[in-house]
Amino acid sequence: MSIGLGHYLSVGAILFTLGIFGIFLNRKNVIVILMSIELILLAVNVNLVAFSSFLGDIVGQVYALIILTVAAAESAIGLAILVAYYRNRGSIAVEDINLMKG
Amino acid sequence: MILNAIFFYLFAGICVASALMVVTSKNPVHSVLFLILAFVNAAGLFVLLGAEFLAMILIVVYVGAVAVLFLFVVMMLDVDFAELRQGFLNYLPVGALIGAVLLTELLIVVGAWAIGPWVSHAITSPIPAASAINNTQALGLLLYTRYVYYFQAAGMILLVAMIGAIVMTLQHKPGAKRQSISAQVARNRTSAIDIVKVKAGQGLS
Repeated sequence: MSIGLGHYLSVGAILFTLGIFGIFLNRKNVIVILMSIELILLAVNVNLVAFSSFLGDIVGQVYALIILTVAAAESAIGLAILVAYYRNRGSIAVEDINLMKG
Repeated sequence: MILNAIFFYLFAGICVASALMVVTSKNPVHSVLFLILAFVNAAGLFVLLGAEFLAMILIVVYVGAVAVLFLFVVMMLDVDFAELRQGFLNYLPVGALIGAVLLTELLIVVGAWAIGPWVSHAITSPIPAASAINNTQALGLLLYTRYVYYFQAAGMILLVAMIGAIVMTLQHKPGAKRQSISAQVARNRTSAIDIVKVKAGQGLS
């Protein structure tokens, strides 16, 4: 009944898959897509921290910290783009975002 | 040890279930709240792994900042979310198929993995004993010395993100009244006071 590295890696794999699944499922809703990306990055962090803990190397936690920073910056920029887009077009549906298609 | 297992299954179960609710929930506000629940339980998993500092950072940064930002945007945008869910069921089979394939592959990888014999020699900075210094101190001793450039790069990324977000969302309305300090300071008696001779019985026009 001891919890090993494989248990944590399975949790990370399931969270990652749910993030991918969410992107496919909510293809029209940008906000839920951003949340799915957050879930994917969380899965990566779970993997890094699990390896760091079970291998006894603290560098993994440093990398997890930097991934956390990048994820926060990504969601801030994404939501700012969303707000600016909504202000210009009055909609956030993904299929309407085709101004640069030519 | 049994307590460890109980808490692992508790945190992992709630984390996975709330992640599922994030992607399948009808209302995006509920999605954000389930995202908060998933992050809190992931922080619990981090505590079980002995990464207390990251767990607390996860709660402060994600639950305190990012999730509230999501909630703010979801509530601020007046979007018909029911319309955005059109075709939800059309995407379900292909999404479930790809998700199942991916999950199977990942779980096969997890089931077949083994740590190589050389890995224990390649560890650059081993985790110190918990009785010696705590996790936050150990992380700080490493982050501010050997990885200080990564730390500063992370700070620069946050600065660029902050400036970018402000630039994209700030808007100047042409009709808005603003304070102009230079104009206020540049006033003198001749420009501020106007002496008018009022003729008796006529008043000012």
